[in-house]
Amino acid sequence: MWRYLGRKFTIYVLTFFLAVTIDWVIPRFMPGNPVQTMLSRAALRAEAVEVMRGYYLKAFGLDVPIWQQYLNFWKAVFRGDLGISVYLFPKPVMKVIAEAIPYTLAILVPAILLSWLAGNKFGAFAARRKWLDSTLLPLGYFLTATPYMWLGILLAWGFGVALGWFPIAGGYSFAMTPHFSWKFVLDLLWHWFLPFASLFLVMFGGWAIGMRNMIIYELEADYAQYLESLGAPRRLIRNYAFHNALLPQITGLALQMGTIAAGAVVTETVFSYPGIGSLIVQAIQNQDYFLIQGCFLFIIIGVLLANFLVDIAYLIVDPRTRRGMLGET
Amino acid sequence: MKAQKNRTKNEFLYFAWRNKKLRIGIFILLFFILLAIVGPYLTPYDPWAYVGPPASGPSQKFWFGTTMFGQDVFSQFVHGLRPVFLVGAFGGGLATLIGTVIGFIAGYRGGWIDEILNTLTNVVLVIPTLALLLILAAYLGVRSFFIQAVFIGCTAWPWTARAVRAQTMSLKAREFVDLARISGMRATKIILTEIAPNMLSYLVMVFILQFGGAILNAATLDFIGLGPTRGISLGLMMQIALLWGALPLGMWWWFIPPGLTIALLVGALYITNVGLDEVFNPKLRGI
Repeated sequence: MWRYLGRKFTIYVLTFFLAVTIDWVIPRFMPGNPVQTMLSRAALRAEAVEVMRGYYLKAFGLDVPIWQQYLNFWKAVFRGDLGISVYLFPKPVMKVIAEAIPYTLAILVPAILLSWLAGNKFGAFAARRKWLDSTLLPLGYFLTATPYMWLGILLAWGFGVALGWFPIAGGYSFAMTPHFSWKFVLDLLWHWFLPFASLFLVMFGGWAIGMRNMIIYELEADYAQYLESLGAPRRLIRNYAFHNALLPQITGLALQMGTIAAGAVVTETVFSYPGIGSLIVQAIQNQDYFLIQGCFLFIIIGVLLANFLVDIAYLIVDPRTRRGMLGET
Repeated sequence: MKAQKNRTKNEFLYFAWRNKKLRIGIFILLFFILLAIVGPYLTPYDPWAYVGPPASGPSQKFWFGTTMFGQDVFSQFVHGLRPVFLVGAFGGGLATLIGTVIGFIAGYRGGWIDEILNTLTNVVLVIPTLALLLILAAYLGVRSFFIQAVFIGCTAWPWTARAVRAQTMSLKAREFVDLARISGMRATKIILTEIAPNMLSYLVMVFILQFGGAILNAATLDFIGLGPTRGISLGLMMQIALLWGALPLGMWWWFIPPGLTIALLVGALYITNVGLDEVFNPKLRGI
């Protein structure tokens, strides 16, 4: 068990190290220098440009040797100092992100968990049941192939614009200021529903299909055939198949984390939901490089944490990993 | 020998044709490929030219209506369809190639090479692809469809590498590979002539999945404004539609075709994949 966890942990530490390094390297070695961009935007006289350049170089810590810049970057990351947002000047990036995170988590966590549970149940139910298999599974394929933003747009248009049941933008009504009251909480939930539903539906399709295919494999396995020949009730066999098929679905959850994060980004953009996703898009549109870097780091940390949680879930569910019977990661 | 080969081929075609999923999937794919090829000749309008009354619904003159600025949506749509296939095929192909090569080497060589490649795979696997693409694309001022495909290909390979590695390891233990090794064949040749042909059907399916994944990734990038800086694509159409208020104005003809097409295309790829799986794997033909 410790070997398994240790292996995973090494991967995560390596990934984090690599991600921070990428976060540091790319802005410095890509064509197109942010300092140059800002200078040309300011359109100053020649001597003023030199002064400004000196100021920026110092402000961004670009006036020290390159290895020192790298070390300083690490120190800053550990201090939680991700720089100052240009677009929301003079708010620190850390604070901007901290304000956005609750919204992102509020739509992501329930959508991930509920779609996984419901999708698996439904997929297991639909497998080898002819009419469900041939009617609802094409729908599942369609859902999982749908770009997240398009389903978001579709829901916003149908339920927001055409029917007028839900708002199509924002985390809460513009007329309100955030405070704790039932009215405000209800308003939050009202705005929360469509982005949540849109994420939920796309993921639901994927899990249902994955489970359905897994169950079909399992029902062909020797143990299932053997049980069947013994005359075991169908329900019992399906139950065993379901339990075995759950394991790859848990691994799948870890593999999907990156895609899900991407889905959250575009879904938030569609609904102008004030989470990390909308933040990234605004940062890109305003070329706010510190904010882009900060959001990148936070997505990585979030995905790593989620992966780690999935690993722990796997440990709990699969006894073989606990006893070290699976050496492979 | 030849007759035998012919027979398996015929059998494959027979089951392929009998498979409904495969038929539907391939039909949808062919339809859109055809549309991407001939589409631009069906419309007299330039995708960016202001040719009609702004924000008008589908009509005889403008099949899919016009945008906020009076551009022809149908013309944007058919022009945007080509890059979908280009980025999908090239990005998906590159991802398949990288993943397969790494999987073969790691699985066949074993030892410390496997250890290193496996760690690399696992690390890239955990890094969210989009986040990586995001930061790459954000800093690259001028982007083309080619660069987008390369980015996608270089980040989407890990799961393929992992799957190919596992299959290679199990094939490596088989007698015919041992025989090839004893007869003094070089490792590259063993992989290419003994191992790869046995996984061909699997590799085809991997490519199809990567194709679909690349299309979705590209659409996501285009949608958040990190797509190619020139040209039109379906993701870009959705971004522009959302940005210019197609939603509150209820201009459904502007944002439905691009998203629906991507969903149909990727869905068709997935269904083709399952269909192929059933054709290659007799156990699944069932029911």
